[in-house]
Amino acid sequence: MSSSLTVDEAHAQVDSQTRELINWHFSPETGCPYWLDWAKSAGWDPREKVRCFADMLHFDNFDDEVLRKEDPAKFIPKAYEGRPYNVFETGGTTGMPKQRIGWEDYKTDYTEFSEHYGPDFFPQGANWLMVGPTGPRRLRMAIEHLANIRGGACYFIDLDPRWVKRLIGMGEMKMAKAYQEHVIDQAVTIIRHRDIKCIFTTPRLLESLSLRMSLADAGIRGVFAGGTTMTPQYVKFIQEEVLEGKINYAPTYGNTLMGLAISKKREAGEYSLTYYAPQPRAILRVVDPKDSTKVVDYGEYGRVELTTMTKEFFVPRFLERDEAIRRPECDEFPWDGVGDVRPFQSGTKAVIEGVY
Amino acid sequence: MQISILRLGETYQSADLVELNDSLVTHTANPGLIRRDLLRIHESKAALDAIPAETLADYCEAAAELFMNADLPCGDSTQGPDDYVESLSALTRLPHTLVRMNMSKIHAAMSQIRTVIGGLTRGMPLEIFDRGITSVGGLDVNYYPATSSLGVSLPSNAPAVNSLWLPALVMKIPVLLKPGREDPFTPLRIVQAMIQAGFPKEAFGYYPTTHEGGDTLLTSCGAGISFGSDVTVKKYAPFKTIQVHGTGRSKILIGEDYIDRWEEFIDVLVTSVSANGGRSCINTSAILVPSHRDEIAEALAAKLAEIKPLARDDAKAILCGFANTALADGIDGMIEGFLEEKGARDVTAAHRDGDRKAEAFEQTYLCPTLIACDDKDHALANTEFMFPYASIVEMPQEEMLATIGETLVVSAFTENKDWIQELMLSPDIERLNIGPFPTNRVQWEQPHEGNLFEFLYRRRAIQGNLSTVG
Repeated sequence: MSSSLTVDEAHAQVDSQTRELINWHFSPETGCPYWLDWAKSAGWDPREKVRCFADMLHFDNFDDEVLRKEDPAKFIPKAYEGRPYNVFETGGTTGMPKQRIGWEDYKTDYTEFSEHYGPDFFPQGANWLMVGPTGPRRLRMAIEHLANIRGGACYFIDLDPRWVKRLIGMGEMKMAKAYQEHVIDQAVTIIRHRDIKCIFTTPRLLESLSLRMSLADAGIRGVFAGGTTMTPQYVKFIQEEVLEGKINYAPTYGNTLMGLAISKKREAGEYSLTYYAPQPRAILRVVDPKDSTKVVDYGEYGRVELTTMTKEFFVPRFLERDEAIRRPECDEFPWDGVGDVRPFQSGTKAVIEGVY
Repeated sequence: MQISILRLGETYQSADLVELNDSLVTHTANPGLIRRDLLRIHESKAALDAIPAETLADYCEAAAELFMNADLPCGDSTQGPDDYVESLSALTRLPHTLVRMNMSKIHAAMSQIRTVIGGLTRGMPLEIFDRGITSVGGLDVNYYPATSSLGVSLPSNAPAVNSLWLPALVMKIPVLLKPGREDPFTPLRIVQAMIQAGFPKEAFGYYPTTHEGGDTLLTSCGAGISFGSDVTVKKYAPFKTIQVHGTGRSKILIGEDYIDRWEEFIDVLVTSVSANGGRSCINTSAILVPSHRDEIAEALAAKLAEIKPLARDDAKAILCGFANTALADGIDGMIEGFLEEKGARDVTAAHRDGDRKAEAFEQTYLCPTLIACDDKDHALANTEFMFPYASIVEMPQEEMLATIGETLVVSAFTENKDWIQELMLSPDIERLNIGPFPTNRVQWEQPHEGNLFEFLYRRRAIQGNLSTVG
């Protein structure tokens, strides 16, 4: 479902969300222990200083180490006390993982995603297969929710990215390849023996699947992919060769902290991706890596900065480990987008990415 | 000019482009393209198998002339030999003289392909690639291809290394190439020459790609060849199907029987250190002498210091500029850092005008450098850099072999039969020149580093009623 707002209305909506959510997270009646303690030690009250989204610059960039060190229970808003919650962890981290808690946010995000694509893109009532990191991840529940609200069931094949990362770190490239084959073997078996029409997976696993079988001939109608960089050529390759020009393709950018950003519709022959955050719940800015208070000009690469503001969770100005081109609003989304996302500084240093 | 991808002979336009300069764009292959093309490699193999190896050798000889002299397709344009020389020089900063020298080496490898392959197979007739069986000294021998594809990840700084893969086509093994970022021209020019000469186009893949694409090429083909540093060697060490041409650390060892005649061979030392701009793995990077170290060092340094930066199109140019000035800074800084440790002296410093790093003709150069080391274990005693660089160390002749470590080329200036015997049995030497020859000497009937035939083919025991084979 596209946004019906104008650019000005979208700005106003974010400002309104900012006021409401700052008030929510920093009021003793509704806020969580972490942010209430933080405000005490910071010496200023965000409720007084932050009256619109531009005022978020009063916050420093969020240090995500907090999500490793602090007990996730410190992030339970007072208003949610006593309600069972989910603990989600980030993808490929080794060592102590980053964790966030949640209740309904993932359902909100994926319901909106589902509505955006309408009944035919991913056929209504179809069964799904998710091939990728399940375990303690938000994504696993989100995909099942997506399948369910579209009237289908979801099958899962797990891939543990932490083990893959460790194998690569140990120089065990052959074992990493064997593990990937093991994952693909299982996925092929499910597709052959169950009525699957939609898939969520990473681009790399999708390609591996297609080396084994024609996904179009296997009855796949829609593919939703994310998790690693997709250059324009990668998108072209997936659409033309992996999906044989016969399967709907929805590339997305997302993570445990944000939810998911949908890519805008592209013209035929257009392969560069631009993603739009699920505003007003999450806002992405493309900022100057040397001064994150400033956004870069349109068309320029900069570091991706995320602010998440829902009643369940608040993270101000978190610098993602990604960089992207700042792109303007489009017909579907009247706010800034992030284009051709890639690992931060991948142009200047070697980055291990796409382990799965 | 836009240089596209060749997917088993078919031009492919990528949506990822790399702008190398104002007039040159290369199309980047994503790794998946390579994996997908390998699903069809049997068609490429069949196309080569359909042509007798003798005919393929004829094609290769004809391709040598086309490579050297013809206007050939290059991306969306055509490129004559002079355009090739200037374009490659502009990107790599190799002077025209060295580009032409490298062209000549490639031409020689192509035009003498029968000699090259004869050297690799120890003289077996080319029918071995058609029938898999031949007779050697009255003994029937059967060889079969161990792979249906050879992936090669090429460097940017040494066009002549392309001569290493081209025999594979006559051996009927399709080749998938990743050109070095700054040399998209040489492998493509060879490929286009071979296609024009008659090779089936589907026998060639040409994929400008990322490091990940290079890994994919090497690990997905049945056999792979890469070039690089010790880091590259270590990276691919677990893969038996990947042959890495690493650091050469080539050396000249002067025997006690030759040392008093050192002045006769000073030009051989200069050539060994400086030929091809000092960029080859077969350039000398260390000279071991049993005596006279300081006299030899001063004389050699004086000669090396005469090699000065010249413009890329100067007919006397030997030194290469650095396309990546940060690399020159890094090398210079590393050498200066190690010189602060005791026991090493830059002998050339007193002979050249100015610093090792020089800015001239709008380029950055590193001037020839000879380091006299008191200790064989000094950090500068057994290393190599991408410019004319060598160390000179004095030690008893009997200690030399135990000192050299893995060495691509050794030129042993000696006629001492006992020592020659030891040298010939040393596992550390890949190529051995006996006598006062430069380390960069190439004889086409001898394998370079590794034996391509033995890499691509396996011998099988065969017995029984072979008359039915025909």
